[in-house]
Amino acid sequence: MRVLPKLSVVWLAFVVFAWALGAQEGFDDPVLNERYRELIHEIRCPKCLNESIGESKAPVAADLRREVRRLLTEGASDDEVKTYLSSRYGEFVLYSPPLTPTTFVVWAAPFALVALGGLVFWRILAARRNQPLDEEPPP
Amino acid sequence: MVKYIVPLAIFVIIAAFFAVGLRMNPNYVPSPLVGKQMPTFSLPSVTDPQNLVSSEALAGRVSLVNVWGTWCVECRHEHAFLLELARAGLPIYGLNVRDDRAAAIDWLARLGNPYVSSGFDPEGKAVIDWGVTGAPETFLIGSDGTILHKHISPLTLGIWQRDFVPLLREHCGPADCPFLAALGGR
Amino acid sequence: MIPEFGQLALALALCLALVQGIVPLVGAALGRVEWMALARPAAAGQFVFVAIAFGVLVYAFLSDDFSVLFVAQHSNSALPVFYKATAAWGGHEGSMLLWIAVLAVWTMAVAAGSRSQPQEFASRVLGVLGIVSAGVIAFAFITSNPFTRLVPTPADGNDLNPLLQDPGMIFHPPTLYVGYVGMAVPFAFAVAALLTGRLDKDWARWTRPWTIVAWLFLTAGITLGSWWAYYELGWGGWWFWDPVENSSFMPWLMATALLHSLAVTERRGIFKSWTVLLAIAAFSLSLLGTFLTRAGVLISVHAFASDPTRGLFILGLLGLFSGGGLLLYAVRARHLEAEGGFKVMSRETFLLANNILLVIGAFVVLLGTLAPLIIEALGLGKISVGPPYFNLMFLLPTLPLVALIGVGMHTGWRTMPGDALVRRLRMPAIAAVVVGVIVPFVFFETASVLTVLAVSIALWVCVSSLLDPARRIVFRTGAPMTRGQVGMCLAHFGVGVFMLGATVASAYNFERDFSARPGEQIEAGGYEFVFNGVREVQGPNFVAAEGDIELRSDGELLSLLKPQVRTYQVQTQPMTEAAIDTNLARDVFVALGEPLGNDAWSIRLRVKPLITFLWLGAGLMALGGLVAITDRRYRVAARQTDRSPAQTAAGTA
Repeated sequence: MRVLPKLSVVWLAFVVFAWALGAQEGFDDPVLNERYRELIHEIRCPKCLNESIGESKAPVAADLRREVRRLLTEGASDDEVKTYLSSRYGEFVLYSPPLTPTTFVVWAAPFALVALGGLVFWRILAARRNQPLDEEPPP
Repeated sequence: MVKYIVPLAIFVIIAAFFAVGLRMNPNYVPSPLVGKQMPTFSLPSVTDPQNLVSSEALAGRVSLVNVWGTWCVECRHEHAFLLELARAGLPIYGLNVRDDRAAAIDWLARLGNPYVSSGFDPEGKAVIDWGVTGAPETFLIGSDGTILHKHISPLTLGIWQRDFVPLLREHCGPADCPFLAALGGR
Repeated sequence: MIPEFGQLALALALCLALVQGIVPLVGAALGRVEWMALARPAAAGQFVFVAIAFGVLVYAFLSDDFSVLFVAQHSNSALPVFYKATAAWGGHEGSMLLWIAVLAVWTMAVAAGSRSQPQEFASRVLGVLGIVSAGVIAFAFITSNPFTRLVPTPADGNDLNPLLQDPGMIFHPPTLYVGYVGMAVPFAFAVAALLTGRLDKDWARWTRPWTIVAWLFLTAGITLGSWWAYYELGWGGWWFWDPVENSSFMPWLMATALLHSLAVTERRGIFKSWTVLLAIAAFSLSLLGTFLTRAGVLISVHAFASDPTRGLFILGLLGLFSGGGLLLYAVRARHLEAEGGFKVMSRETFLLANNILLVIGAFVVLLGTLAPLIIEALGLGKISVGPPYFNLMFLLPTLPLVALIGVGMHTGWRTMPGDALVRRLRMPAIAAVVVGVIVPFVFFETASVLTVLAVSIALWVCVSSLLDPARRIVFRTGAPMTRGQVGMCLAHFGVGVFMLGATVASAYNFERDFSARPGEQIEAGGYEFVFNGVREVQGPNFVAAEGDIELRSDGELLSLLKPQVRTYQVQTQPMTEAAIDTNLARDVFVALGEPLGNDAWSIRLRVKPLITFLWLGAGLMALGGLVAITDRRYRVAARQTDRSPAQTAAGTA
């Protein structure tokens, strides 16, 4: 029976060590780690002043990071992770707004602006090409 | 020519949105769970670890689910009102989050226990399904299990009458909500 | 007693600003010389009283006068002296006073430099500045008075936010404000021109130096803020597209467009309505930034205040200045149109494209920043728009823009033969693309299409910017370069360097959290980190847990990194102070996370290649502006301010 105390010490050390390792917030697999890193920067902390769960020190951010790790370990895709969280916390937590009829304008607008800019550009060019070049005044 | 008006027009539109925006609360985040079935859960009870508190217990009647913790200062502010609600016959289920069991039991003993039972969720895992970001948060659950309303911040009589009672009047059948008589008022 | 003097000074400044604003403008409209002449003395008086008010506030901080509410909220007797002084702008009320003070300094400078301008015009410029000053002083006085008393007086104050107790805090706000607020100057010039009904090359020549100075300070201010956030906030990011950050970036984009548009107006007398509109837009966006930071309309960690009442007042100011300016533009701008042709292959074309692309860029940022507000106001739900959107969408106008910089620099005015251009640029372009494709793969093994594209474009701009200086300095051919041209090359080179740093640091960023016990070695990011535990150290007004980490490469010790987690005496939220090992090639960034029990700690490791290029590039841009402002023609113009306008006009081309 005297081996029991020694075993409990070993057991305790193992538990603590395992707990400390478990607190490691990353994956050994570099691909998974990369996905994790990117995801936690794309998900907004629902209770912070505009921070991602990757940056925030709030407890809810730590909880959500843990959820992301769990989901990734279970083999969820990036989209599945985002859907899981947005169905519980709202689209508010997605820093990249999902493409819906409402957000269509948000995503399409930059392209529309570039097209509009191109139009303006050609029109001005067309007008100026036909104007006199006028002389360079003497310096 | 029209093009000279465009910048002014753009400005006026943006300014109009700002004027509206000044009246909104940027911190208010609506919950996507309102109108949906409440998440299922099964947690050990705070007071009696052998017993389970599960979502099945809420079936068939109107109830409140309240997220609390002894660390939450604001939860004390609503505690008295929760006791009133409980006394009036409204079943309230608690979700005790990120807490120490002994402290929680002591709190309920000292301040009174408004809950039919409280689920113990020390790591905050179960409440994620509810979209919970902190405490206090209160969910109004209909008799069919749908979430009728979510309220963040302490629950008071004023908020109860303004936000909860109208929903309950709509939702409750003639004999479903006896507590409305005591607290619904007009 | 003394804080009341501050209030009095502010009130007097308001009166003088109103005089400075209203009287000269009315005088210019009526042709009354004595009224117009009041502009400069009123501006000087306003400056004196604003300086007194600001001095009183700083004095209140330095003398620990906690009977002043603002001092009690943002200072503490244990706060180091340096920070006591800079705490004057550590909160909303004080920062508004800084805004006002900076505007007063700008006004004095413009007043001093306006002697070569016709009085009708100069008095209008000062008049507009006076109205702006009056509006902002009224705002401060009525809604955000820094001299409000606190009764009963507390024994000690709340201390300055620990995040702000940092050298970067000293320089970032004033520098940023000089740029931000300085946009009022080209705005005033533009409105004055619209009121006068005349806008010519002289006007562009007067406006341009002010714009360059404001632009370069804005560049430096934004860069300082970004750098400060990088080393201070502990997570290694440098730009978050936060609404407040965007508020400073949008004016910068417009100001850059304005700078370039002014070049065309000065040279050819065209693009006048563009230039005027850009000047009004740049200042409008500055005001917009002031609004977003303080109105509580958007969530931000930088937000000073969240007060809808103040927000309404600023919205009113926006309506007056932006709305007024744009209304004036709508009515008067069509009369500014001028003839002046140019062919497709010309500098004007490239500068036109520059204008358009920069404006599109500003609109993309504006759209992303305001979209959540607009969608929520329309009752369509609550969304967020963050870095994933901006990082992608902002590239749409920007990548082509930067590529075009490299070409546009070498074009001639009015028209130039296209094949000459191609011949000059073909080899450098090919070299840039080849290196841009090869280098990422060589150093980093993988590269996405976007990374290769961005790196190639960045290298292209760098090479292209050096072509003319190289010809001049190395080969001694070609005409000598003016300082304006040197500044241009320097600034464009800086753009390329910046883009290189931003692309590589973002694409090849190594980031991971580890837990470590004392004595453990972690291999990560190509380095070894030996964790030697954490000990307690004492600071002037904080206690810190300081980590001891050896940075080694192949076993050889590179440096000792000591990140801290500080707990300040008064505001006790823990603060991370990262430890960074910097060299030109990369930053190694170490921060402490939380204690994990049993002497173990979580440690955040980041390796960021080429991130120094970011700060360097931006610094080069500002330096380019500084060099450009010392160009001979501005020094000549300064010497000529003592002559009469007629003499000056005879001397200019």
